[in-house]
Amino acid sequence: MTPLEVHLRARRERAPLLVPYVTGGFGAGWTDVVRAAAAAGADAVEVGIPFSDPVMDGPTIQEASHRALASGATPASIVAEAARLDVDVPVVVMTYYNPVLHAGHERFAGSLADAGIAGAIVPDLPLDELDGWGEAATAAGVAPVLLAAPTTPPERLVRIGARTEGFLYAVALLGVTGERRDLAPEARGMGRRCREATDKPVLLGVGISTPEQAAEASSAADGVVVGSALVRILLEGGGPEAVGEAVAELRRALDRAGPSGSRP
Amino acid sequence: MRGEVTLGPPGPPPTGLGRFGAFGGRFVPETLVPALVELEGEFTRAWADAAFRDELAGLLGEYAGRPTPVTECHRLSERLGVRILLKREDLTHTGSHKINNVLGQALLTRRMGKAEVIAETGAGQHGVATATACALFGLGCRVFMGAVDVERQALNVFRMRLLGAEVVPVTSGSATLKDAVNEALRAWVATVGTTHYCLGSVVGPHPFPWIVRELQKVVGEEARAQCRDRLEGRDPDLVVACVGGGSNAIGTFAGFLDSPAELVGVEAAGHGLDSGRHGASVARGVPGVLHGARSLFLQDEHGQIAEAHSVSAGLDYPGVGPEHAALAASGRARYESATDREALDAFSLLSRTEGIVPALESAHALAWVAREARRSIPEGATVLVTLSGRGDKDAAQVADLLAAEREG
Repeated sequence: MTPLEVHLRARRERAPLLVPYVTGGFGAGWTDVVRAAAAAGADAVEVGIPFSDPVMDGPTIQEASHRALASGATPASIVAEAARLDVDVPVVVMTYYNPVLHAGHERFAGSLADAGIAGAIVPDLPLDELDGWGEAATAAGVAPVLLAAPTTPPERLVRIGARTEGFLYAVALLGVTGERRDLAPEARGMGRRCREATDKPVLLGVGISTPEQAAEASSAADGVVVGSALVRILLEGGGPEAVGEAVAELRRALDRAGPSGSRP
Repeated sequence: MRGEVTLGPPGPPPTGLGRFGAFGGRFVPETLVPALVELEGEFTRAWADAAFRDELAGLLGEYAGRPTPVTECHRLSERLGVRILLKREDLTHTGSHKINNVLGQALLTRRMGKAEVIAETGAGQHGVATATACALFGLGCRVFMGAVDVERQALNVFRMRLLGAEVVPVTSGSATLKDAVNEALRAWVATVGTTHYCLGSVVGPHPFPWIVRELQKVVGEEARAQCRDRLEGRDPDLVVACVGGGSNAIGTFAGFLDSPAELVGVEAAGHGLDSGRHGASVARGVPGVLHGARSLFLQDEHGQIAEAHSVSAGLDYPGVGPEHAALAASGRARYESATDREALDAFSLLSRTEGIVPALESAHALAWVAREARRSIPEGATVLVTLSGRGDKDAAQVADLLAAEREG
């Protein structure tokens, strides 16, 4: 079991897990945003490594990624800055496959491990294409985190649950990242299906924006990932403090909701 | 007319998970995997189903106007010193080879019980073809098109809307074909249960490069038989086609893979291969993954995809289909390029010598032949060039460019 999974398993006993997302390299103070999110009660932080063609991301994260790249951020510069974060919760990166392939599987996995990064989400690398990267990541001690989607058939969901490390990223709706007015009707069913398929921590993400939505979603999963709602604060000129306050508000809502109870 | 179109037997599927040598594959968000598995199964069954093939052959004949002729270019041949034959995809309904693919995918859409189609388009030819097939079959149609291309291909935007399609301008990234594919993929992630993504080229995740090749190989099969009739049973010495994503080239090459003909794909050299502003992904790309497939892509040293450039919107793409990458690696086909300037010259040359206005995309293939005739192409050689589309859509743009040049 990876240290990431051990950490999340322990934390989920207390309250639903909260994993905020921050676009790496977006703004000179992005590492302070990560520190603020961690200090405000995150159980882990997801750091985006921007890619020029992010097909799983909606307009908010596209814009932050575009600005980060335009300001000269590179995968290597972001990983180097992440190495100096010194936060007391695990950091997981999210990127796309081309930068990983371009750097080389072993070299990229090694650079993440050296930076103390606990896991990596690569949304355009599904189970069937995972092999080279998955083996390199596992060997380096970086958890390859897989996604499950509402369209994933039950038998495949079991295989994804068996292969993912750290946690299972359960996509809460049919669509790409971005804020939604309401929690998607399929979100809780998705969380339940995933928890039936694996006992690894299940985090619901995509379209979970508000404290109310986070609390509602957490009743059917081990926790949530919140991205676009926080990145929007940064796009609108907010800084670490504003993001920290938003994370603290999410934290309070999840703490009130309490642990989501016994697993099936 | 029905029955004149003969579809050759199904070609070999790619190996493994959509692999052409080291290229291809299915690198997509998990949400799309089940839909791609379904599509692969449905196409495998349909392509072996005589009723499906008959219906498609009938449509290609009665509706699209196939078979298209091969035209011998007497004046151009005399001028260049090589014998030039054109495969006339410009004469199909909607004016390019794109119709071959969309009629097949529209039949597949109906077979899968889906009511809406989404598509990307660069020059607008695939968008127009898709909108046309959707009108014919009563399917909803949404076409994603880069905002830059919406500007430079206004006529095709109007045609799509006239045909009942919704045209969605895409402003992200470079606002061209690459970004239109990104946005179509995002839209598909959100609507995959009810929507078919009618991809227009031999790019994207498995099974698209295979499906589109199978649906386009009618071009090469017809051309092979037509060349043999004309050349007393011989094949041409060279077979040349332009390559953006590469669907007209793959369709053409598929008919000649087992012939002795030399296969040449011509990419967009834009302002020149060393200018950093071109679309020559085989010449200057490196292996990578974009839009669901491992292939050759223009990218920077950090693995960020670079912006392509070409005067022709249909070649303005920073990658190439995986089967082309494999053909380049094996050496069965070679890949050359022509600049914007050379393509514009060829656009005029064919118009004046043969009375045929080529699409700017196809003009790249002609431009390479015009440059290399009597140089790397020996005098008297027979060259088949696929004229993938007609140039009406480009007339306004070329008129502006030539006027700007005159004003200097």
